[in-house]
Amino acid sequence: MQTVARAINWNRLDDDKDLEVWNRLTVNFWLPEKVPLSNDVQSWATLRPAERELTIRVFTGLTLLDTVQNTVGAPSMMPDAITPHEEAVLSNIAFMEAVHARSYSSIFSTLCLTKEVDEAFRWAEENPHLQAKARLILEEYKAGSDPLKRKVASVFLESFLFYSGFYLPMYWSSRAKLTNTADLIRLIIRDEAVHGYYVGYKFQRGLERVDEARRAELKDFAFSLMFELYDIEQNYTAELYDGIGLTEDVKAFLHYNANKALQNLGYEALFPPAACEVNPAILAALSPDSENHDFFSGSGSSYVIGKAVATEDEDWDF
Amino acid sequence: MAGLVFYSSASGNTARFVARLGLPALRIPIRPADPMPAVDAPFVLICPTYADGQGRGAVPKPVIRFLNDPRRRALLRGVIGAGNRNFGATYALSARVIAEKCDVPVLWRFELAGTETDIQKVRAGLHQFRGLECLTV
Repeated sequence: MQTVARAINWNRLDDDKDLEVWNRLTVNFWLPEKVPLSNDVQSWATLRPAERELTIRVFTGLTLLDTVQNTVGAPSMMPDAITPHEEAVLSNIAFMEAVHARSYSSIFSTLCLTKEVDEAFRWAEENPHLQAKARLILEEYKAGSDPLKRKVASVFLESFLFYSGFYLPMYWSSRAKLTNTADLIRLIIRDEAVHGYYVGYKFQRGLERVDEARRAELKDFAFSLMFELYDIEQNYTAELYDGIGLTEDVKAFLHYNANKALQNLGYEALFPPAACEVNPAILAALSPDSENHDFFSGSGSSYVIGKAVATEDEDWDF
Repeated sequence: MAGLVFYSSASGNTARFVARLGLPALRIPIRPADPMPAVDAPFVLICPTYADGQGRGAVPKPVIRFLNDPRRRALLRGVIGAGNRNFGATYALSARVIAEKCDVPVLWRFELAGTETDIQKVRAGLHQFRGLECLTV
């Protein structure tokens, strides 16, 4: 018997989320050329040599994770897809990961010397912590491994492992340094948020199809993989950030993001609120122009009226 | 007494938040064919955000349909927004859009399914807010 080749029909959806996420990702499409990185040249020159080396290393580490996700992670989930539209969304995710990996090279070619960058790429290959986390994730992406565990690994990469790196451009931006680079990183963060949300959602759909024992096994797996990755991240963070005294600040950010990664999978938080008190300057750098709202305790700007954003929608009747 | 009304898509983050709040709440259905919840008393709306990079489409369509009814809209007292800070300036944007359109305050914002702190703040805040409502309504 021959297998029938099937054409994808976007007018017949099995899961509305596929189209919703496809639309979100395609509307959000961007390229690094859109960001005026060269405006950061002067700011780059104000960083001390150790700060520059740290920044290049952090971005090289992020490039490595994006490369894994582009060439292995997203493609490895395509055969597991339940709907044809899910495969199409994963192909978009794979491509955007290539754009992310490519953007770090745009930052490098704009700001750095070739020699410094080459040194950082060597560092990435030799750094035991960076290699250890990539290995743990790649193990789950291997052909023949468990499709649902693969999704857990993917969500942890997209929603947790990137953040030891994303911290630094947010930190520089909060000090009015490398602000254009931060704009580019925010575009990456926005994409990763959709990727983590979508793969986490598909994981939850997958859980609905399995029995209680299997669900318990997957939850155990997810939490123990998180513990293993967190252990590595602690060491990676200390190695990178001890020199500028930011390790503890980065760790709060790691805890906060680990909890969000678990929520993307539908699980409860692991780290208690006290361990997740992220530096407000970092939170503000993540979502600039989004005012604080705390009507309940009377602080913040509450009766606020949103800034002029493109929110007109023909569906409103009033 | 002011109640709670919420929307949650198939990913269920807002529904998980509401479940942990442990307060009675009515859910706006995902499918257009399903009936809207009947509200006959003042309520607070909890709403997630689905904006694109420019902020378009922030408020879920079923929530717009729900608020298009002037009788329901007249009972809205405040809005709690859900979202993800990773979306930058559009974080929990739907709450701001609804607040502006309906002239009610944004009471609180939380990310994804919320933290323990969010749950405590919202529980205490709603309690207090309802007290105020009783004095003014």
